[in-house]
Amino acid sequence: MGRDMQRYMRDGLGVTTFCAGCGHGILMGAVLRAVDGLGLDPDRILYVSGIGCAAWIPSPHFKSDTLHTLHGRAVAFAVGAKLAKPDLEVIVVSGDGDLSSIGGNHLIHAARRGHDLAIVCANNQIYGMTGGQSASTTPLGALTSTTPSGNPYPPFDLVDLVRAAGATYAARWPVSRPRMLVESIRRAITCRGLGFVEAVSPCPTQYGRRNRHESVQALYDHLDGLCLTEGEAAALTADERRGRFVIGEWTRG
Amino acid sequence: MGNVAAAEGAIAAGCRFYAGYPITPSSEIMEHMAERLPGVGGVFIQMEDEIASISAVLGASWAGRKAMTATSGPGLSLMMEAVGYAAWTETPAVIIDIQRAGPCTGQATRVGGGDVMQVRYGSHGDYHPVALAPWSVQEMYDLTVRAFNLAERYRVPAFVLGDEGIAHLRETAVLDPSPKLVDRARERGRAPFGSDDPSSVPPMPVFGDGECLLVTGSTHDEWGWRCVESPEVHARQVERINRKVTDARDDIVEVERHFLEDAEVVVVAYGFTARSALHAVRAMRERGRKAGLLRLRTIWPFADREVAGAASAARRVLVPEMNRGQVADLVRLHTGRDVVALGQTDGRVIEAETIEKRLEEVW
Repeated sequence: MGRDMQRYMRDGLGVTTFCAGCGHGILMGAVLRAVDGLGLDPDRILYVSGIGCAAWIPSPHFKSDTLHTLHGRAVAFAVGAKLAKPDLEVIVVSGDGDLSSIGGNHLIHAARRGHDLAIVCANNQIYGMTGGQSASTTPLGALTSTTPSGNPYPPFDLVDLVRAAGATYAARWPVSRPRMLVESIRRAITCRGLGFVEAVSPCPTQYGRRNRHESVQALYDHLDGLCLTEGEAAALTADERRGRFVIGEWTRG
Repeated sequence: MGNVAAAEGAIAAGCRFYAGYPITPSSEIMEHMAERLPGVGGVFIQMEDEIASISAVLGASWAGRKAMTATSGPGLSLMMEAVGYAAWTETPAVIIDIQRAGPCTGQATRVGGGDVMQVRYGSHGDYHPVALAPWSVQEMYDLTVRAFNLAERYRVPAFVLGDEGIAHLRETAVLDPSPKLVDRARERGRAPFGSDDPSSVPPMPVFGDGECLLVTGSTHDEWGWRCVESPEVHARQVERINRKVTDARDDIVEVERHFLEDAEVVVVAYGFTARSALHAVRAMRERGRKAGLLRLRTIWPFADREVAGAASAARRVLVPEMNRGQVADLVRLHTGRDVVALGQTDGRVIEAETIEKRLEEVW
């Protein structure tokens, strides 16, 4: 974390709880840089998170109001807080399992109703905190502690999901492209309606080790290498696109 | 109608946020709130399910609004994890539970009383909610107001434990437009999650007050910092969130006494059943049988001392209720007396004649 972002961090913090090589630290910096770029008053920001590694990005680190909720319910709590006090800037930061599996129903309905929320989803493609079980975002065939023979089910495309449900703004970037990530989080905050940003965030401890990515750097390179633009994706067949991340941003027309 | 009176009570109590999901036999509360709240500066939202509803209510409560939801058994089951969150994070919220015949989907349009233990113990871990049991349309109003006051005063989830009988009853009620209200102590700069006094209720600033609140459902110290491995902090907080309710039981517990002075047989009843019980007791009195009624207006915390006192001089105690003895077991526990349970679980209210007949049998 850059020293200039320290003023958005709570006093008295030690090291973060993130593992060595975890992408969430980069995402933490990206959220704060987006907030900083917008000049938002930290006292008017409410960060809401669910349960899991990513939910600990704002809670307890961020020096604003933070609401660390139940597993899956971050969006529903956020909807209540935003409607009750519309002048709060409500930013949800949580993980893929929390937001799209146990909390998937709240995500799509919040997008449908168009609540003025920013939702930042750290997608590490696995349940990290509980020990590496498969998630609704785990790639087909990937090894997890609950798919020892490879994941038999395909993952959600979270951007497609929230766009279909009615999100105003959606974007996807890997944490290895932080400038784009910061810009998209900024747009998700400022757009009227629901803004959603998926940050592809490597989990070397639970995902990388099991799936034979030999080093943290190798996992970052692997995930970054899976990313392609919409234009590049259009040139591929459906089979060729499978398992790739289409990156970019999409605004509802 | 009872449900409409409850909704009006909520508005009179200052409720300005409602999130809910339709469920029989509670839906009229939600429909009435949808109509009324926008006109008084409130927010109404129909959520995607009951879990979302209670979650939104808790988010709104921390954003400074008095907030509530209403439901029935199946929806209440879905809300239970968040009830524990409300207790552990000391978030004021009112939940109206209109009981219907369970278990499971059961008989959606029929009356039941099987949620007594669920509102007390439905969420995991040790906590202590408040639950009130109205017996009339009047009390659907009055006790909803009181539930808000207790929720705010003690920073707890407060239930109005109604039933389909009261919820859909139509009778005259006088709605006090400006009842006495209690608001949370919205004090800044002090620890929002406790002090050294285990019975104390900490002040509750809200989002946007500039307090940089740390609210978490994990075990936390008095300032909200997660302490997920400290035995001392966990033990202290569990004790405090229970003690602040049990130490205040004299302020919370309310009962109503009918013909108890010389009663040989005492009926303990609550909710719709208490109406039938009072009829039965009067009928017995007319025949020279000295029966009495102790009506519980508060279910949780339980009126243990009041029940023990009423039963002390009685030969027998009868507890009619629309479940298989959930309160009867408590009465037995706290009186050590010969308690007769009249549990009826057929989806119908217990008629006065049924209670009268049972009183004759056990006399």
